[in-house]
Amino acid sequence: MTDLKLELKEKIIEQLNLEDVSVDDIGDSDPLFGEGLGLDSIDALELIVMLDKDYGIKLADPKEGRQIFESVETMATYITQQKGA
Amino acid sequence: MGKGVAITGMGIISAIGEDVAENYRSLISGQIGISKISQIETVHKNEIMVGEVSLTNSELEERLGLPKNSWSRTSLLGVIAAKEAVAQAGISDINKERTGLISGTTVGGMDKSEQYFYEYFENNDAWHHINGLHAGDSTQKIARNLGLEESFATTISTACSSAANAIMLGARMIKSGQLDRVVVGGADCLSKFTINGFKTLMILSDTYNTPFDENRKGLNLGEAAAYLVLESDSLVEKEGKEVLGYVKGYGNANDAFHQTASSDYGDGAVLAMEKALKVAGLTPEAIDYVNAHGTATPNNDLSEGRAMLRIFEGKVPKFSSTKAFTGHTLATAGAVEAVYSVLALQNDTIYPNLNFKTPMKEFELVPETELRKEQLNVILSNSFGFGGNCTTLLFSKKA
Amino acid sequence: MKAVYINSVGSVSAQKTFNNEDFLEEIVTYNDTTIRVIEPDYKAYITPAAARRMAKGIKMSTVSAKTAMEEAGVENIDAIIVGTGLGCIGDSEKFVSAIIDNKEQFLTPTRFIQSSHNTVSGQIALGVGCKGYNFTYVHSAISFESSLLDALMQIRNKEATNILVGGVDELVDHHVDTHRLIDHIKHKPVDSSQLLQSNSKGCVMAEGAHFFVLSGQKQSSTYGELVAITTYNTLSKSVLSEKVSQFLGQNGLTPEELDLAIFGNNGDIDFDSYYELLGKGIFKNTPQAYYKHLSGEFDTASGFGFWLAAKILKSQTVPTAVKLNQLEVSRPKTILLYNQYRGENHSLVLLRRC
Repeated sequence: MTDLKLELKEKIIEQLNLEDVSVDDIGDSDPLFGEGLGLDSIDALELIVMLDKDYGIKLADPKEGRQIFESVETMATYITQQKGA
Repeated sequence: MGKGVAITGMGIISAIGEDVAENYRSLISGQIGISKISQIETVHKNEIMVGEVSLTNSELEERLGLPKNSWSRTSLLGVIAAKEAVAQAGISDINKERTGLISGTTVGGMDKSEQYFYEYFENNDAWHHINGLHAGDSTQKIARNLGLEESFATTISTACSSAANAIMLGARMIKSGQLDRVVVGGADCLSKFTINGFKTLMILSDTYNTPFDENRKGLNLGEAAAYLVLESDSLVEKEGKEVLGYVKGYGNANDAFHQTASSDYGDGAVLAMEKALKVAGLTPEAIDYVNAHGTATPNNDLSEGRAMLRIFEGKVPKFSSTKAFTGHTLATAGAVEAVYSVLALQNDTIYPNLNFKTPMKEFELVPETELRKEQLNVILSNSFGFGGNCTTLLFSKKA
Repeated sequence: MKAVYINSVGSVSAQKTFNNEDFLEEIVTYNDTTIRVIEPDYKAYITPAAARRMAKGIKMSTVSAKTAMEEAGVENIDAIIVGTGLGCIGDSEKFVSAIIDNKEQFLTPTRFIQSSHNTVSGQIALGVGCKGYNFTYVHSAISFESSLLDALMQIRNKEATNILVGGVDELVDHHVDTHRLIDHIKHKPVDSSQLLQSNSKGCVMAEGAHFFVLSGQKQSSTYGELVAITTYNTLSKSVLSEKVSQFLGQNGLTPEELDLAIFGNNGDIDFDSYYELLGKGIFKNTPQAYYKHLSGEFDTASGFGFWLAAKILKSQTVPTAVKLNQLEVSRPKTILLYNQYRGENHSLVLLRRC
């Protein structure tokens, strides 16, 4: 789980081109959208592709992403659940 | 100054017809053009529905007397529609008056560029398509095929409001005396580029699009070309032309909210509608029918609905979106719907907003769901695009 | 008729032009078939958060537009009008290759969004919060001129006071490689000082972003007046001189009275003859200048030409590097820009000192 969270942080930084952000800047439960990292709806779509491409998880409705992408913590939990299921 | 801008010719080719008459017949008989995709090989073919022009490229080329694989489909559709418009306007010598051409497109020749992207380096069979990637190339081809020379010809690309902006610019140029006559409209063909692009935005419906419905699932992409001939009052008078309708008002504003989404309460849309009414010197009560942008995406229809409620202060006139017939024809949408608006004025007919069942939970707006005969004097038509582009056009029976 | 003033300029080009204090004092020469812009320090203009999704075309435009708005001393404008031949073509190409390479799977939206031709004008509007008129023209070599014409019309008709007008295009590999196949781009490097003697087909392709605040109000920063503009989709050599004389005549000038003619020569042996016809004909006694040896060719390279003309009017000097003939002009008052690309999309733009 810890490895997954670190991996997710790295992937988020790379996928979203967050040049000035390092993995240490992203706390596990920091909000990714709005006040936190400041991601927006286009980033959410980018993350949906990442879930599909790297973890084989498909989201049909972008609205589902809102809860999943709340933080690195929620993303990791969701991926672990889906993989385990 | 203060001159009227007359519409004297129209041409269109879309998923619901190869000319103006066929489009109108489809509109009044509920004949939709949405189907599975047949002309492009895509892995998404079972997940999407599109509004495709039924003719193949070869058939279009045959109609224009061109060799096979001559041009982008955008240019083929564009020339056919533009020629129909010019013919209806009874123009025999296009260079006789100060005539211009203003065309809107988003994909231009992308259909060919994506097809030959790597093949260009293997053989020279398709090198004639290389320059077609330039959006302006389709306009140059249309100009050449209309015989337009030494004239003003330009191309506008403001995403899904491109053709609406072409009509607006044309009207402004006639009003300010820069041109006597101008062919305005747009052309966009389907391409893998747009199919996959809209797919990444997750706003494509896997079934028939349902504008303004609570359970709308997104848009169906469409393809079309549509053009109108606009002429100055003095030219109309001089030549005793029959006038089909007038471009009465126009307004362009930017939502300045998000790269692709409309603002929650449609600020840009409200501004565009306000400006158009001001140019026309009309109050909102003068509008008899709204041909809405109504793409059937969750975001657009909510934002546009709220914008209509704002501008009409709750008393929204009869409205419908015709995208359930044609799909969203992107750059061309504004011209397609301009042709439909003029036909509505000519026939005093409001088209049904097909596939509507359930009003949206945010408000009680209900579009017209049945064909309706009613006297129409002024129609408002909206076109909104990525980049916050919002354009409103007003069409009227009288100058 | 209401006068239209050029109140400011902004340029990111193959020369050191992004600082408005400079005016081609130092010329950068190239020996290539393509030229990239000299990049400003984007971080000084754009926050990392805003820059992370920006294509190069948007970055260049942001710098150029910011420079122009700052010099004009305006926080916001009434309208934004941008010309671009190909928009952010780099992202379009990456999106197309991803579609093919990944067989339409795992595509992401950012590149598609940046591919929209109007993304530059949209993002500038978003950046400054401009809800006004917003247009993008995409008609090859007259993309920028269409924008100028639109702005001129709006200011003349008092529909707007301050308008941000610009032109931008990117230099991108696939586009270069394909256009070289069809001889639109030179096959062999050319020294920029020898561009007009290259004796070969095609141009030296480049990129750049040029923005200007046009205004109905003159102020201390004003460079000059945009008097008139016209474009032609086609123009044969047989009528060229007549059309140019007519255009000048409509603006109360004869070819002899014009102080400076700036031509769009790009060293293409097949098409520079249009300029030569005028240079040796109606303008044989007129001082002449050119600029594409400095800027390179691209759909909105004429934006560099417009920048050059504005700078000449304000500084009242013609840099040696741009002189095309030996005739001197001591106090340039009227400047005509003439440009065309591959014999199509001709434009005439007249500027005047004010």
